[in-house]
Amino acid sequence: MMVRLVLLLLLAVPAAATLRVDITSGIEAPMPLAVPAFPTPAAMQTPAGNTADLGRQVAAIVSGNLVGSGLFRAIDPAAFPAPTVAQVIAPPFLGYRTAAAQALVTGSVTANADGSLTVGCHLHDVFSEEELARQAFTVTPAGWRRAAHKCSDLVYSRLTGETGMFDSRIVYVAESGARTKRVKRLAIMDQDGANHRFLTSGQSLVLMPRFSPVNETITYMSFAGDRPRVWLYNIGTGRQEPVGNFDTMSFAARFSPDGRTLLFSVTRAGNADIFTYDIGARRTMRLTSSNAIDTSPSFSPDGRRIVFESDRGGTQQLYVMNADGTGAQRISFGEGRAASPVWSPRGDLIAFTRIQSGKFRMAVMRPDGSGERLLTDSWQDEGPSWSPNGRVILFSRTERNGRSSLRSIDLTGRNDRRIPTPLEASDPAWGPLLP
Amino acid sequence: MKSILPVIALGSVLALSACARNKESLPPPPPQAAPALPPVIDQPATVPPPERVVTDAARGSGPGSQADMVAQAGSDRVLFALDSYALDEAARQTLGAQASWLGQYPAIRVTVEGHTDERGTREYNLALGERRASAAKNFLAAQGVDSGRLSIISYGKERPEMDGSNEEAWAANRRAVTITIAGTIAGSR
Repeated sequence: MMVRLVLLLLLAVPAAATLRVDITSGIEAPMPLAVPAFPTPAAMQTPAGNTADLGRQVAAIVSGNLVGSGLFRAIDPAAFPAPTVAQVIAPPFLGYRTAAAQALVTGSVTANADGSLTVGCHLHDVFSEEELARQAFTVTPAGWRRAAHKCSDLVYSRLTGETGMFDSRIVYVAESGARTKRVKRLAIMDQDGANHRFLTSGQSLVLMPRFSPVNETITYMSFAGDRPRVWLYNIGTGRQEPVGNFDTMSFAARFSPDGRTLLFSVTRAGNADIFTYDIGARRTMRLTSSNAIDTSPSFSPDGRRIVFESDRGGTQQLYVMNADGTGAQRISFGEGRAASPVWSPRGDLIAFTRIQSGKFRMAVMRPDGSGERLLTDSWQDEGPSWSPNGRVILFSRTERNGRSSLRSIDLTGRNDRRIPTPLEASDPAWGPLLP
Repeated sequence: MKSILPVIALGSVLALSACARNKESLPPPPPQAAPALPPVIDQPATVPPPERVVTDAARGSGPGSQADMVAQAGSDRVLFALDSYALDEAARQTLGAQASWLGQYPAIRVTVEGHTDERGTREYNLALGERRASAAKNFLAAQGVDSGRLSIISYGKERPEMDGSNEEAWAANRRAVTITIAGTIAGSR
């Protein structure tokens, strides 16, 4: 009898196995996750709202981020009572096991005397009752959502082994008006759509923004003054300056991984060549000079190679060359054409637009051209951008005779979802994790 | 002197309690969007001049106007086949007529705008639009129009003539349009 009891206990508590989400292979059932409201030691009014209310909102953001990744599903908070402050570090695990949660995130929101807010974040393994991670984040009231995003990144990275992606922003082009007279404005928002604001007025046609990976700078292309060219815009200071002084159109700019160089295209006599721009020295340098359209250049994460799109072989295809412009080799050989490549920050994949049978589809391939996989199947999906952890691809979808919107998809091809924006949208670029 | 530890070092070491005194702070996050919005960047003080305004002279229908060119030359635009920037016979005739008209008004300058239909990726279409504009411009120059009077601009797929995802709209959008801009004719921006 005693032995049987012991065996039952052993079965009830899975030993040794670390709580982990394997995101690289196979069909996974999302991990059941409980994120109850974050209590506050003392309910206080702050410029961001009451701390008790913030605790509910922080929990909702954390849950929303993690569920939105497709790797987790939320256990309804109504299934268990809201924790007390003491229960933040000593949760009543039985209740969560009964509710079938496997992972539990608890936390608290505290208003500090200096006006800042501290959000505590704890991740627990419900079955082993082990605390897996904890961290506190102190933020200004205006930045309270960032604490929720940082908590989300902590949980995500502890459970997947990957770096996070939630404390980040997206810059994109907001579109409105008749298609024949489209108004396009640069806009920026948190990756979950909050804190949205417009950066330009719509007076000039703007396209193709990209984020610097290291600082508060955006590059984009504008038709202001009937001079289509690439600009650098510092969103901290609001100052901007043009890139180079070309007589012809420049466009399709992307930052190097160290943020010091821009890659972009410049037209010449009906063709387009790839140039670099040393941002500090304000110096441009030509990299390609084929009788072709060379565009959409993107550095590998080690900065030693560049993938780009060229029609030098007759149709748009992908090529990889050395960072000095030498040694270009074609890597795309599938059916149709290939365009707008971006090298993953993890280095393992290149996301691009596969053009075939009249459709544009999101796809990935390895840098040597092998292992091509189509991820989406709609009419016009183009302009991919990687999440900072190289797990998710953000892109623009245009429906036939219809609207343009932003969407994201996991690199495994799962979790195709729409990113809500106030207007129609295109040309998204995912910025880096904030420090 | 309290030191600010880097985020990674804070790691799992923190102990929280209801009366926490020793909380460790991250360095304050960068300035947030909400309190200090950067100026909308195409305000006049910080921004390049606004896009071209068509002057009165070019707008009207008198001699030397855009409408006059269309009337005399037959069309202000030439069309292209899918993915192509080749000028067909009709295009050459139209451009030839435009060149003749321009010969009568030596002060007039033109911009040739290049456009594509929507069935190409955004960057490539900007370049393809420029190929079309270049082809038309080069033809005008070959017909004797001084190249100092000719400029080009590509809008790629951004400025379709006709809305719609069908053959008719696509065909109308694959075009190079010759736009007169004032030379020394009265009026400036």
